[in-house]
This record gives sequence, C-alpha cells and structure tokens, in this order.
Amino acid sequence: MNEVLLTGNEAIARGFWEAGGRFVSAYPGTPSTEITENAAKYAEIIAEWAPNEKVAMEAVIGASIGGVRTLVAMKHVGLNVAADPLFTVAYTGVNGGLVIVSADDPGMHSSQNEQDNRYYGRAAKVPVLEPSDSQEALDFTKEAFTISEAFDTPVILRLTTRVAHSQSLVKVGDRLEFALKEYHKDPAKYVMIPANARRRHVVVEKRLADLQKYNNTSVSNQVEYTRSDIGIICSGIIYQYVKEVIPEANILKIGMSFPLPEDLIREFASKVKELYVIEELEPFMEEKIKSMGIAVKGREVFSPLGEIFPANIARVLLGEKADAIQETPDIPGRPPVMCAGCPHRAVFYLFNKLKLTVSGDIGCYTLACLPPLSSIDTTICMGASIGVAHGLEKAQGREFSHKTVAVLGESTFIHSGITGLINVAYNQSAVTTVILDNRITAMTGHQHNPASGFNAKGEPAPALDLPKLVKACGIEHVAVVDPFNLPALENALKEAMSFDGPSVIITKRPCILLDKKKQDTPFKVDEDACIGCKICLRIGCPALGLRGKKAFIEPSQCVGCGLCENICPRGAIQNPVQKGDIQ
Amino acid sequence: MLNLILAGVGGQGTVLASKLLAQAAINRGLDVRTAETIGMAQRGGSVTSHVRIGQDLYSPLVALDTADIILGMEPSEALRCLPYLKKGGSIVVSSKFIKPFTASLPGSTYEENLIWQCLGDHCKNISVIDGGKICDACGSTKVLNIALLGAASNLRQLNLTLVDLEKAVQEILPQKIHSINLQALNLGAQSARKGETAL
Repeated sequence: MNEVLLTGNEAIARGFWEAGGRFVSAYPGTPSTEITENAAKYAEIIAEWAPNEKVAMEAVIGASIGGVRTLVAMKHVGLNVAADPLFTVAYTGVNGGLVIVSADDPGMHSSQNEQDNRYYGRAAKVPVLEPSDSQEALDFTKEAFTISEAFDTPVILRLTTRVAHSQSLVKVGDRLEFALKEYHKDPAKYVMIPANARRRHVVVEKRLADLQKYNNTSVSNQVEYTRSDIGIICSGIIYQYVKEVIPEANILKIGMSFPLPEDLIREFASKVKELYVIEELEPFMEEKIKSMGIAVKGREVFSPLGEIFPANIARVLLGEKADAIQETPDIPGRPPVMCAGCPHRAVFYLFNKLKLTVSGDIGCYTLACLPPLSSIDTTICMGASIGVAHGLEKAQGREFSHKTVAVLGESTFIHSGITGLINVAYNQSAVTTVILDNRITAMTGHQHNPASGFNAKGEPAPALDLPKLVKACGIEHVAVVDPFNLPALENALKEAMSFDGPSVIITKRPCILLDKKKQDTPFKVDEDACIGCKICLRIGCPALGLRGKKAFIEPSQCVGCGLCENICPRGAIQNPVQKGDIQ
Repeated sequence: MLNLILAGVGGQGTVLASKLLAQAAINRGLDVRTAETIGMAQRGGSVTSHVRIGQDLYSPLVALDTADIILGMEPSEALRCLPYLKKGGSIVVSSKFIKPFTASLPGSTYEENLIWQCLGDHCKNISVIDGGKICDACGSTKVLNIALLGAASNLRQLNLTLVDLEKAVQEILPQKIHSINLQALNLGAQSARKGETAL
C-alpha cells in the first residue's frame, strides 16, 4: 500500500475521495480551508466555495437528500453560522452520507474565541468523531460515512489545529465507487413541520441510544493496558502527546467522543487505580464520566485555557519540568502585519487621521487594530461590523454616525454583512459602510468568492456586481474609489460621512500579493530632505523603519504603492520610476 | 530520533522547508511528523515549523529543551525558539535581520548585538549563513529556506546528506525551479563548510 505524507486536512480530502464522495461545499476558515482546496483537485468531486457556512450546510443537505456522499468543512465559529440547518438535519437524517467537519482552534492561532464544538454534537444529538493524526483523519472520514448511512444521521468530524495542520504518513487506498442513491419524495422525513418533527424526535432519541451502544464496540476507540496504576482517557491530538510523554500508562483512546462508550469507560475505570481524563478546552468527556459516578481527575489539574502541550502533561503526571533556556533578551514580538502595499492600509490610516469610531470585522484588515494604525473599536464575528455600527447609532444618537464607520472585506460582506446593510437601509441609520474589495478572500490564503470572477475549481464564474447590489439594498449614496488614490479616498469618505442617510464606499484594488500590475520598484528616502518626523511610520508599513534618525525603506519589502510618498510632509520619499514610465 | 525547529517570518518558506526535510527522511525509510503554522502566515508574523524524524513517533510537536537543530531564517526568530534547543544542540541561522514593525514603535529595543550574544551564550555550535549573498547569487529572495537546508546538511546530527535533500527538491518542487533551488542548496552547504560568517 502506498504511504504518503499528508496534513490532517489533506488526509480528510483524500478520505472523502476514497469514500466515493461527490460534493463538498465550504466557506474558508483557518484551520479548515485546505480540506476543500484539496478536495477540489479531484476530478470526481464537485467542490464549491459557498457565500457562508449556512449556505454550504444547506447545499450538502440537498446533496445528501439527492443521494450522494457529501461533506461540509468549516472552522469552529463557522458552525455557529450553520447551526440552524444542523439542528434540523439532525432530525431529518440523511440519504447519501453527510459529514460535517468542524476544525476547532484551541490556543486561537487564528480565531476570535476557542469554543469547543463537541458540544454541538451533544446539543444537536449528532455523533462526534475525533481523529488524532492524518491516518485517522482519513480513516475516520470513511468511518463517518459508514456511520452516517448506517444510523441515518449527519456525523461531526471534529479536528483541532494540531491535527488539521500536522503532517504524518498515511496509507492511502483506492476510491470506492459509490452509486448514486435514488431520490424519494418523503415529506415525513424531510419536511420538518411540527407534526413530522415530533415523530422524528422519537427516531433521534432511539438513534442516540443505538449509537451509544455501538460505540462500546466501535473500532475508532482503542484500549491499551499496561502494568501502570495510571489510566488516561483522551481523544484527538492529546493521545499522541500522552503516548510521547507517558507511554507506560493505561490508555483509553476515544475515537467517538459523543455519545461516549459508557460500558467501555466503566470497564477501563475498574482496571486502573488513578484515572485521568485529559482534554483541551472544555471538560466535555469529564462531565459525562463524572455523571456516571466515576472518580476522575481532569479540569482540576489541566487548564481550560488554550492548548495542552506535552510539557503540561509531563508536569501533571510525572512532576517533570522542562529544563528549557529561559534567560533570553526581551525582543519585540512579531505579530502578523498587513503586507507592504496592502490596499487596506490607506483606509485605516485615514480612519485614524479623521479620528473615526470604527466598527470592524473579520479579515486581514482586523490587524489594523494594532499600533500604529490602532484604528478599530470593535470586532465580534463575521459580518458584525454593520449591525454593530447601527446599534451604536441607536444608543448614541444620529450625530454619532457622522463619525462612525463600519468596515469589512467584500467576502465578509457577502458572507453575512449584506443582511446588516439591509437592516441599515430599512431602519434608516446614517451608517457609512466601507467595503474593502480586494477581489479575493485573502486572510485564509486566497480563495475565490462570488465577487472574484472564479469558482473553487479556478474556472471563470459570474462576478457579483457590488455597487448594484448595495443600491438594490436601498443605499442611495454609493461611491467606488481606488484606495491607492489617497485624496480621492479622503474626499469620498468625508462626503459619505456627512451624508445624512446610509452610505457605502467600495474601495477597489486587488490584494497586493495577487496584483499583477503592481509597480514593484521600491521607493527611496531622500536623506537630506527627511527631517525624521516619523509621520510615515504611522501607516505601519513593514517596509518602513528608521535608520538612525531618518526614515528608511527596505528595498526587498517595498512594492511601490506610494502611500508613504503621499503622506510625507517634506516630499522626502521619492518614486524612482518617472510617472511616464509606467502604463 | 531527530527534532528540528524551523523558525522564520511568514512568507520565508518554513512550511516548504519542513516538507523537503520530511520527504528526504521518508526516502530514507524513516517516519516523520511535522506541525506547521498555516493561515495568517502570509502576514509577516513569526512562523514555526516542528519536524520530527525517527521511529515510533507520536507527537508532531517538538517539546521544549529537546530540539537537536534550530534552523533560523532570521536571527531574532531563532532566538525566540531558543527554549526548544536541547543542551548541545545546533543552530543554523541566516545573518540577515528582518526588523519587525514593532521595533519602530516607541519604547521598543531591538539590538542585533544582543541577539547574537544571547544565541552564542546558549549554543556552542552555530553556523551563520550569509543568506542574502546566496539569494543574490541565485537571483531570488525566495531561496533562503533552501540555502539553510543546504547548510544544515553539513551537520552530522541531521543524518540527511546534500544528495538526500537534492532528491527531495527534485521530487517536490516544479521542474522549472529545480536549478535555482539546487544552486541555493549547494551554496548553502559550501558556505557552512567554509565557516563563512557575516559576524
């Protein structure tokens, strides 16, 4: 059998293909994005980017009812958006197998919270599988389809960042040719009016009891007995850490963490003297095990904050402390920054200059909350900027809206900002919304979206006409500007802010990493003209710094966007390319 | 068992470097596990890849105080990862500093000398590579990661030869960029052999 090195996400895409999967839909979100990107590489799989996770979920529900094996992938917070269909597809069950991948992010490598989505399994009464490495990511994906069809249920495959973004060797296999299932009209199963849903709820409870019984013998769980007194119950990546740190322990590795295999747990607990449950984030298994009357240590020795690392396990179970080097000088941190030449930068520079209250959103531009731009007041979730700005006006009065903006990228606007904009138009607040249209979903690594003109397979697709769309929402004052044209941008902003009604500014310029027309010749500082006022440093450009007391442009970083030239009060920053030279 | 930490700035190609190391190890019949920073990486933040090579591997993460080798694409990033280095471990590092923007903020200090001094205090086996020079010679700023791999191939601990890495480059990278990357690999190896430093 062929062994290849895969990330957890690549392995899920492969497992989906091997399981005969036909349709995948998703909205990008770290750490789940590469599942769909890799699924899109298989000719047999229809792969799509949906406008948001709810639409993706609904599309796969349709595909499942339509009789194919189908998968939807999202980051943990994406499942909040898709929760509405989730709770009801739990009642209808499936036709073709349906797998929901939830990629959780303990430690918040790239997220706004660290919710534990295993609770969605419990709340929606849907089984949850937790792979611990890439091989299991592939195997459990296939197992999830078997369970989905055998028990007529959607299945949650729950990853964490360390499983999604770690590589290990995987034995890959062939594709199962999964024959298209027949479509039957079956309103009692698929039309969830109260009368039908009441009957389906009975089915769901019975299914849960069956799944719980099944899980006692499921191959996804693994028991390893040794001569040690210590027994550890764990799942996911924690299993790998436990094997590394304390291989001599008895281990009950849980593959399906909801509903838990109660008989298996009772048997394991009876054979060890000291029982621990180690899990990142919430005491999900621990609560259940304790409710079974079993004494187990978990949360009192492991923190619910962030990731659990091998060193944490060693400290608690072995009393070992790593003898790591500690006395290193305090060097400044290196948070991610907007790229040199990022078209968003000028927008946030102006927000700061004009002292606006800024209702922010989720995207690369959220980085503008950090110094020196420091120009974002709130960031809650995808699409929240417009709704929050509207509420600020309701609380603070209409005048407040004349110095407040909502700002979000075009992909985030399409995801869930548009409903906020309709609300602004309908309930007539004077909110100014700035849509940063950089032609791509950038932060997650450049995925196409409905405004980019291409689909998930890279084929041409109709591009959403944003100005027309916002006008159709009822916004009268709409302006489209190039954010590299600073005076025009400032004028557009001032006009929109003073307009007594809802307004929209669309800043249009491709992400600099994709901009084929960018100048690429670095600008230079005329050291004689530079007075060291540091005004240019206010834009937070990674190409700009100080050398001695004068401004300095790092030529390997500068892409020649010209923003610093525009704001230098002494004209000390020069474009080496004469204006006539570029077309 | 060999533990490596690859430390760099988003965009420098740490993920690719770890893939190449992994492929070279797999070709030798060894097991590999890696943990990557993927996602916001393009935005110029600190990026770390963990690479573990050997047999009977479980955790993809290198534990503190256990790294045999730190490959630093930038000196301050190597410094940041110093707690991973075990006693007697080695560091291969590019001499070129990339100042984080935070270093220009009021109240920040970023002293290059201090960074070198601290690296030297804690590690007796440091190869400093003039990555900028190699990139210039190859005509691309994107081959720094490959040059460092070449330099690391001189370390006996690595147990992978220049030939192993050349093969991995040919297997993983698109053909049109083979020659430039092989050049970087070899220049990196030569530079480390000669003990060239930018200090």
